[in-house]
Amino acid sequence: MARMTFLCDSERCIECNACVTSCKNEHEVPWGMNRRRVVTINDGLPGERSISMACMHCTDAPCASVCPVDCFYRTEDGVVLHSKELCIGCGYCFYACPFGAPQYPQATNFGGRGKMDKCTFCSGGPVTDSTPAEYQTYGTNRLAEGKLPLCAEMCSTRSLMAGDQEMLAAIYRERVVRRGYGSGAWGWATAYGAANPGRAFQPGRGV
Amino acid sequence: MTAQRLRIVLTAALLLMALPALAQQTAQPHAGEKTTSEVPTGLYQIPGQTEVTSPDEVPLFVPAQDKIIGRVSIPDGKLATLVQPEGRVWRDFRQVWLKWGAGIIILGAAAALTLFYLLKGTLRIEHGRSGRWVPRFTTLDRFAHWTTAVSFLTLALTGLLVTFGRPILVPLFGHEVLTPLAQAGKILHNFTSVPFVLGLVLMAVLWIRDNIPERADWIWIKTGGGILRKVSEHPEAGRFNAGQKLVFWGVLSGGGALAISGFLMMVPFAFTGVTGMQWIHVIHAVVAAFMIAMILGHIYIGTLGMEGAFDAMGRGEVDENWAIEHHRGWYNEMFRRQREPPAGSGHPAGAE
Repeated sequence: MARMTFLCDSERCIECNACVTSCKNEHEVPWGMNRRRVVTINDGLPGERSISMACMHCTDAPCASVCPVDCFYRTEDGVVLHSKELCIGCGYCFYACPFGAPQYPQATNFGGRGKMDKCTFCSGGPVTDSTPAEYQTYGTNRLAEGKLPLCAEMCSTRSLMAGDQEMLAAIYRERVVRRGYGSGAWGWATAYGAANPGRAFQPGRGV
Repeated sequence: MTAQRLRIVLTAALLLMALPALAQQTAQPHAGEKTTSEVPTGLYQIPGQTEVTSPDEVPLFVPAQDKIIGRVSIPDGKLATLVQPEGRVWRDFRQVWLKWGAGIIILGAAAALTLFYLLKGTLRIEHGRSGRWVPRFTTLDRFAHWTTAVSFLTLALTGLLVTFGRPILVPLFGHEVLTPLAQAGKILHNFTSVPFVLGLVLMAVLWIRDNIPERADWIWIKTGGGILRKVSEHPEAGRFNAGQKLVFWGVLSGGGALAISGFLMMVPFAFTGVTGMQWIHVIHAVVAAFMIAMILGHIYIGTLGMEGAFDAMGRGEVDENWAIEHHRGWYNEMFRRQREPPAGSGHPAGAE
């Protein structure tokens, strides 16, 4: 089985924000929420780099660990998804997430923030695949159609890649060897470096 | 696979060794010049500096050491944070430290009270009930107390549900039970905070005068309120003894801290960033654990632990012998104010 991951090659990202726009359009993500965004470091200075960032679908996902109602689960492809039926909108996942991925429809409504929304790796949620109900709640399910996430497919410089971890690693390694330098698969140590996969997803535990 | 692991470890070790040098450079940057060392670790490398000749040498897992904040073009400032490793610490707090800490504090308090009850039993009124009632708390006093008490119990239970609901209720009843409970609990928790704070303010206004610490309190503390030493040395206390004063100030400061941190969590990111929100959560949780333990003790001594104590908040009157034994100072003062002989008067109504 594939282990789905994102890899953003910071040497290639030109901050065009096509991934952000296509994601928002594809899933009709409401105003004020962003499943994906581009962060620019050292803006306007030597060494400026941009990184496209969304949920990285961590191996030992902190969001799943801290969730008080255990609404997160992992698909066979290693994608971290959550059930909006179970989510109570407490906002804890945002405090735990290293990448700032979870989004909420309301800034505040006397503490109520609405059901959390985040990148689904274009693979919907815990309802029947490719149904209107799934689209309205979780967005399109491209994975069920045999397609990869739209953000990566749209990327004009092939900076953002989505797919199996081994394949992405091979492509990235080849690139780095050709150009002679590379910064490492950004965020991989944080997202996929965990030694104990799945611990965060235990229903009654979530350490 | 093992070779790859080894490489990761070696890369990490090299990076760790390089850290002090990096820190030194960033600490003394050239005037008006940004050095490349200020670029966060692992974000990019300078061409020609790294000799990568084979795919196996390419680092993939480069640990992010620090919080990295950049710039985003979307109107959500907190998303400019690219990575926040503090989330891992907060996760450890919430999942390990808080669960064990709060569990030990609360269950420890309950165990200590049980042990105390088994050893001492209910503390009786030494001379038995006199059958005469002395007014102790007015309706307004009791309204303030019970408003705070009922809302605190609601807040404590719903708070414990969010903290311990998953490890306890999911294996027992499943997600279908926990989510509606937690959803309702969250709403209850938020809205009950209002009567809780109102009760807190009312109690402060009503009782702060009688809770100023005084010299006599020290004797009470030293004798443990007559529990540690003989009952014949039962220390004289005013309207509130030192134990009650401790509870009063504990509730006022703890409740105040809970209210402030709680209201800040209801308006997330309005005043602070993600690190601030994590700290607010930590403060809220720690104070809540201690306050629950303290209130357990308060409930115990007000009901099961002491004969006649519940009447004070229950019916607003206490038995005369209870008043003399536990609050002689207050009892005498009350009668001095009334200018009536302490003995023989059946209904000292009107006294505070």
